[in-house]
This record gives sequence, C-alpha cells and structure tokens, in this order.
Amino acid sequence: MAMTQERAIGSPVLRKEDPELLTGQATFIDNMTLPGMAWMAMVRPPFVHAKIDSIETSDAASMPGVIGVYTAADLEGEWGGPLPFVWPITEDIKVPVHWPLTKDKIRFNGDAVAVVVAETRAQAKDAAEAVTVKATRLPAVTDMEEAMKDEVVIHEDLGTNVVVHWSHGGAGDQGVFDTAPVIVKERYHQPRLIPNAIEPRGCLAMSIPAQGEFTLWSATQIPHVVKVTLSGTCNIAESKLRIIAPDVGGGFGSKLNVYAEEALSLVLARRTGRPIKWIEERTENYVATTHGRGVTHDVTVAATEEGKILGFKVEELADMGAYFQLLTPGIPELGGWVYMGPYDTQSYWFEFRGIVTNATPTDAYRGAGRPEATYVLERAVDALARRLAKDPAELRRLNLHAPFSEATAFSSGLSVDSGNYEPALDRALELADYHQFRKEQQARRESGDVKQIGIGLSTYIEMCGLAPSQILGALRYAAGGWDGATIECLPTGKVIVKTGTSPHGQGHVTSWAQIVSDGLGVPVDDIEVLHGDTAITPLGMDTYGSRSVAVGGVALHFAMEKIKAKARTIAAHELEVSEDDVEWADGAFRVKGAPDKAKTIPEIAFSAWHAHALPGGVEPHLNGTAVYDPPNFTWPAGTHICVSEVDTETGAVEILNYVAVDDCGVVINPQIVEGQIHGGVAQGIAEALYEEALYDEGGNLITSSMTQYLVPSAMEIPSMTLDRTETPSTTNPLGVKGIGEAGTIAAPPAVINSVIDALSHLGVTEVGKPATPERVWRAIQRAKGGAA
Amino acid sequence: MTRIEVTVNGVRRDAEVEPRQLLVYFLRETVGLTGTNVGCDTSSCGACTVLLDGESVKSCTLLAVQSDGREVTTIEGMASDGEFHPLQEAFHRNHGLQCGYCTPGMIMAAASFLHENPTPTEEQVREALEGNLCRCTGYQNIVKSILDAAGQMSGVKA
Ligand code: FES
Ligand code: FES
Repeated sequence: MAMTQERAIGSPVLRKEDPELLTGQATFIDNMTLPGMAWMAMVRPPFVHAKIDSIETSDAASMPGVIGVYTAADLEGEWGGPLPFVWPITEDIKVPVHWPLTKDKIRFNGDAVAVVVAETRAQAKDAAEAVTVKATRLPAVTDMEEAMKDEVVIHEDLGTNVVVHWSHGGAGDQGVFDTAPVIVKERYHQPRLIPNAIEPRGCLAMSIPAQGEFTLWSATQIPHVVKVTLSGTCNIAESKLRIIAPDVGGGFGSKLNVYAEEALSLVLARRTGRPIKWIEERTENYVATTHGRGVTHDVTVAATEEGKILGFKVEELADMGAYFQLLTPGIPELGGWVYMGPYDTQSYWFEFRGIVTNATPTDAYRGAGRPEATYVLERAVDALARRLAKDPAELRRLNLHAPFSEATAFSSGLSVDSGNYEPALDRALELADYHQFRKEQQARRESGDVKQIGIGLSTYIEMCGLAPSQILGALRYAAGGWDGATIECLPTGKVIVKTGTSPHGQGHVTSWAQIVSDGLGVPVDDIEVLHGDTAITPLGMDTYGSRSVAVGGVALHFAMEKIKAKARTIAAHELEVSEDDVEWADGAFRVKGAPDKAKTIPEIAFSAWHAHALPGGVEPHLNGTAVYDPPNFTWPAGTHICVSEVDTETGAVEILNYVAVDDCGVVINPQIVEGQIHGGVAQGIAEALYEEALYDEGGNLITSSMTQYLVPSAMEIPSMTLDRTETPSTTNPLGVKGIGEAGTIAAPPAVINSVIDALSHLGVTEVGKPATPERVWRAIQRAKGGAA
Repeated sequence: MTRIEVTVNGVRRDAEVEPRQLLVYFLRETVGLTGTNVGCDTSSCGACTVLLDGESVKSCTLLAVQSDGREVTTIEGMASDGEFHPLQEAFHRNHGLQCGYCTPGMIMAAASFLHENPTPTEEQVREALEGNLCRCTGYQNIVKSILDAAGQMSGVKA
C-alpha cells in the first residue's frame, strides 16, 4: 500500500533528548558514582610566575581520608609524554612543554604543582589547601606587548615569548595597501573571555588493573580526540582505553580540549587501583579552563573613493597564555582564512604573532578565530563608511560578492561553496526597520537628545564543516576532519544510529533522527541515536567548529546509501523483479509502475535478520557504515543588525532591536537552529557589552569568579527577531552548512558598531570592548575634549 | 554530625549530616537526587535552585541543617504520575533548554515565581530569572516557555 511520508527534515520536531534533562534524570559527570571511588583535588598555589623551591606534602598526606599526595616528581614514571598539542602551525614554531603537573616553575595562576587523592570531595579539597609551596616570585607579564620585549621569558628553553609567526596571503596586488585612493587604518583590541559553560569540567577514571583497561568519563566535547591523545600521554594502549562523554552541560570550545585533570585521573586510577573522580569548581574553572580571544589587530582597508573595497591587510597579536593547550596557535590561524568576509575583494594579507604570557592558555571559544576576524572586518567596514560618509548598509551592498551557486574562490584563497548575500541584507534591513530608525536617529541628533540611537550592521561569512582532511594536513594539523556513522536496522523495525559527533546541547539526537527518518522511511520515534562513547561509536572526530551536521550529519547520508543499496537487492529479490525495476519512493522500495508492491526498510531488515531466503552473496543483517571526509568547508553567512539606544550622560547602552538573518543552507530542524542563533547572539552581545577577563599588574586574575565576571542574565539579553535565507551548500548532498557559531561571530561587531554609530556625530570612533557604561562615557568625554 | 528530618518531594528523610554540609550536597549525595545541579561556588548561577516550603532558594547557599523540619521540592518532584509538570511541558514545546544543565534550576525558579505571579509580563519573567544563568539558550525560549506555562496553568485553573 502506498503511504505518503511526511518529511522530517525541515520540521520543528520536539527534541528527543529533553525528557531526561527536564526531570533531573540526566547523567552529568558529577552525578556519577562508582564503588570504591576516591576524589582528586588539584593544588594550585597562589603564585603567577615563580620558581618552585619546595613542595611540602607531609601535612596534607596525614590528614583524614587522604590516600596520597603526588607532585610532578612522584608521577614521573607514569607519562608517555606531555599533554597533547596537535597543531604546530609552522615548521619553526616554539612549543612550550606542558606537563600535567608543573615541575620547577609556576607560569600562571592556575598552574598545578600537586594533586591529592582522598576518600571524599571535602577531604581532598581540605588536604589540597594544606600543601605548602615555597617559591621565589618572578616578574609576571600578562600584556602581549610587554611580553614581546622578552624582558621576562616565560619558557627559558624557548628563549623568547614570541613563539610563532604565521602569515598567509599575498593574494592580489599588495601595493594597494599603500597606493589605493582611500586607505583606512584601525587598531582593535578584543579582550580575553571566559567561556562559562554552566556545567564546569569534571572526569571519572576507572581501571581494570588485571587487563590494563581504562575507562574515562569526561565532560568533554571530544571523546575520540581524548582517547587517541591520552593513550600516548598516559602510556595506555589505545585499544585498552575507552572514553565516554556522558550528558555534557555545554562546552563552547572550553571542553574542546584535553586537560591535565583527565590525564591525572587516569594515571592515579592506575596508581591507586581506585576509581578517581574530579569535579572542577567555578573559581577553579576561571583559571584552569581555557580562555578565548585575547587579540589585538591592526587592519588596513584599501578602497576606491566610491567605496569599493580593494583588499584587507591584517596583522594580529594573539595571546597564547602560559602554555599551548590542544589547538592554541591554530585558533588565530583558523580566523586567518576569513578576513575577506562576504566581500568581493582582490588583495589579501594576514599574519599573526603568537605571544606567550603568564595567563591561562587560550584556545577555541565559540567561533574560534572567526569572531575575531569578523569583528575586525565589520568594524573596519564601518570606519570606511564613516570616512566616505556613506550609509554602512549601502557600502556593504556595494561590496558583497555577487550570488554564486558553484564553489567560487575568494581572496583568502579558499573556495566558498555557495553564496547569495544580498537577500539576507535586504531582509534584515526590513525587519530592523532600518530607514525608520535612521530617521529617528536624525531627529534625536538634531534635538540633542540625551539618548541617541545607533544602528550597527554585520554582514558576515563563516567557514564551517571542519574540515577536509587534506587541507588540515597542509595546515599541519595532526588529525583528519572526517566523521563516521553506523546505522543498524534492527529486526523489530527500530533503528540504531551511531554517530561520531558528540553533542552537548545541540540536539543531534533529534536532528540525526530526522535525517535518518527521511532517508529510511522510519518514524523519528523508532530511531535511537548513540554518541560520545568510543567503544560504541569508534569512528568519530567529535563536535566543534559548527562541523557536526556538515560532516557527521552527512556521514549518515552515505551510511544510508550503503544500506539502501543492499536493501534494494533484497527488496527486488522478494518482490521477484529485477533491481532496475525497483525504485525508492514514499519511504519504501516499490516496483516501478506498481507502487503498491513494496518493501519497507523494517520489512527488509527483518528478512536480512532471519536470513532464510536472502539472494545469493548477500550477507545477513541490514546495516551500513560510512566515513565521510568533506571535499570542502561549508560557508554560512548572513546579516545581523543591532539597534541601540545610548545614554550620553551615563554611557549606558540598551539594545532596542536585534535582528539576525542567517543562511545556514538546508535546515534540518528550524527550532533547534533558532535556539543555536539565540544562544550565539546572546554570547556575542555578552562579549560586546559585558564580558572581559582582567588581570592585575602582578598577573592575578581579577575577574576570578562569577561575581566579578559578568555573565549576562535574562535581564541583559534582549529578545531577538530571526529570519533565514536558504542557499544550499554545494559541498555535501544534504545542502547543510552548520549554525553553531553564527551568532557569536556576527553579533559583537553589530553591537559595537551600533554604539559607535549612536555617538559618531559627537566624534566618537572607538568605545572599546566590552562597551561598558564607563568606557562609553569616557569615549564621549574624550570626543568632547578633542572637539573643544 | 547533626540529625535532621526533611521532607523531600513528599517523602520524609531522617539523616545525620555534617554541620557544614550544604543543602545541595545533602540532596545530591545523601538523598541521591542528582537532578539539582551545581554551576558555581559564589551563589551566582542558580543551577541549584529548589523549593523550600514552596519558595525558590539556591540550595548551595543553605546548610542542610537549615532545612530541618521543612519541605524541599526538587526537579525530581515536579512530574507526577509520569506526566510532565506544565513548566516541563512548556520547556519541551518551546525548546527552552539545550544542554539542560541550568534547566532544573530554571524550572524551580519559575515554579515559585508563577505561584506568586500567575499572569506575568515578559519583563517580569526576565526579572524573576535574574539569579539564574543559562549559557546556551540566550534566554529567549526560556522566557517563552515560562509565559506559555503561565498561560496553560492559569487556563487549567480557570
Ligand atoms: S550552584 Fe548555587 S547558585 Fe550556582
Ligand atoms: S541550557 Fe545549557 S546552560 Fe541553559
């Protein structure tokens, strides 16, 4: 009987992962307990940069419940190597050696010198506080330009704090940066940010000593990467190491890493024979978990008098922190491919220097390099518009690349999969009531209103779907960028999907079920999606860089192709026709011209399972595995507009209207996509107006807890208006591009541009980031002073 | 050790607790109800919000002994007979959660707030959530969920 399937792709299917999260039945790492489990606490002494003279552990060791106190020296024999760093971006990069416990020197606020294992959480913590460290303080540098002077060298063996210089470009005529009719030069600083996943990190390690087997549960985004790297660091055969990411409470890049505590819990499980659990505290998270951004850019825009942009030239200083974590210098490099934005330009130059400082290591934070780039570009485009007295929306329109539906080379040298940028700009202008607000702005300027209106735009492009393995290889990244999927069709009609992605809030369980539902003609409710366990889903590269749907989601498609090839053979055999006479239609294999003669996937799965009458040469069981390596990146784009009201007496900024029109290609689940944009924009607004990790002169983190570092609440984040355009990707057969980071990439410049736009008639051209009331007020005073 | 008697989700619990034990760890580790999460150590995030005698409190700011003789409701006590509470239903329907780590706290804070103000405006909902941080959702769908639940709940009562 012919049945008409409703398409699951594109519909707002409610999330399958919600029930356990809504009822308190989730398995976050801190909810896990094992028999005989002991607790680990880290000893992070109150030094920033210091030479260790002695570590006194005996008091701590004799405290109640303490099983052991271990320093670097005590664990020397455990390691196969230092903590992993997998992206040596140049041949001559200087890589700071990074051990799980530091040996002779403390190099930042969070550097751990010892670790305590005790019976309870409180006993471990108390004993950690009883470890006494004597150390000789050294001068500390947290400012990049200070560090570059090398008056204080943080890793003596490297001889310098300037550990990497990477350049890329030279595309087009480089002369234009000196000779173009209009040249705009700007300098922007983007402070350090603390990612603040609401669940801190944590892990639990267990060993079966007789087998040399280990299992590590970790609040991580990347169980597969943790497995391959820690097998080396901890001297465990990769085949004996299983990593499980249980329910993970957000990551934003901060859990895209391999941390000392994960390595230590494994070796201490081996050393003590006990399961070892560690849960990070929030104040500890602020120093011990990676930070984001921390960059200063000099940008040159070359343009014609009419405002046609000829090229961008960018020189960046990037704060690496005291060590490299997994990817540290790779983050500015990743941004280094998008400093042309969605603009049709010829000339391109990008270079950066990575500077070691006495601060927490930096690494990926939602957007990872691309928000940094977009902030610089979109600020610079506004600066150009001011210089030429042009409307910033029209200046952008003039420069947007013309529509294209085949991959097209942009000036950074990479091919963009597809793009059609102007419709998003038009739609955003319409939704933001652009022209009305411009009139309102004019009226308020004329009346000298205390509260001025500003409109900020951001037309962005992002590089997602990380990544084609060959390109990663050329960029000296240690791993590939593929992802895997295995789909099992069970005899009862249910389907199990094993994905290599590792979601932590993104809703893959639902979206993947939608993709498979359409592909196999099986209801979403009959599809179970498993993830995040290297023993169950060994083929994976995990979740970061808006890669999951564009790589792992596409792998599902290819796994289904294999299943359907086999299923077609079985269907034809059972329907007693030749394979050529069978077609896939309405969720089943049907005889051409006689659609009622059909076999569904569940029916074929049952036949393949009992295997009583399979055609010759066909193996029992209906399943398929695919490993998909994307041939290109995917390139989402869009326009965001922020309308702000700035109080010129207090410097306070209020967002009146925030509009986001994004193009992430084909949408699997619109509700989930909107949620990703809301969250990303909120983080971008937070970055623009509130958040900044600050260090004092001595290198101590001033914003050391949630009371000093302002993570915005529902009071600060406005309601947003969203819409989409849809330009299918040409990179993959699903046409998907990815949406995880768009908001964080687009929002900061839109917000800052709006604040400056509100004040530009007063002569304000910079307010600083974040644009706190104090900074805005000072900018106004400076402009007034300058005018006077 | 101090002896306390607390009613948790309608069940009376007698327990010996350390005087310094926080209510949140009493719930999580002594009672074994791990739905209440911990997100900070400065009473800032609200992930640990529960109801104490019907009013929302951050369970990391109270000692277990302070709950002696009182009633605590946690996220595990919200669904009844396998049916979601209207707030749980509304969070599900409106995609009011992503990673779900803040969600128990958000729902408990909202339950207490809607009890005081069954027909709030968006602005009032946002104010009520000031002590609860979410890093995933940008709050928009949380606010929408709570307004939706308010509509459902007052509709049910009417
Ligand atoms: S854990 Fe209680 S407020 Fe953060
Ligand atoms: S849903 Fe992740 S913190 Fe709120």
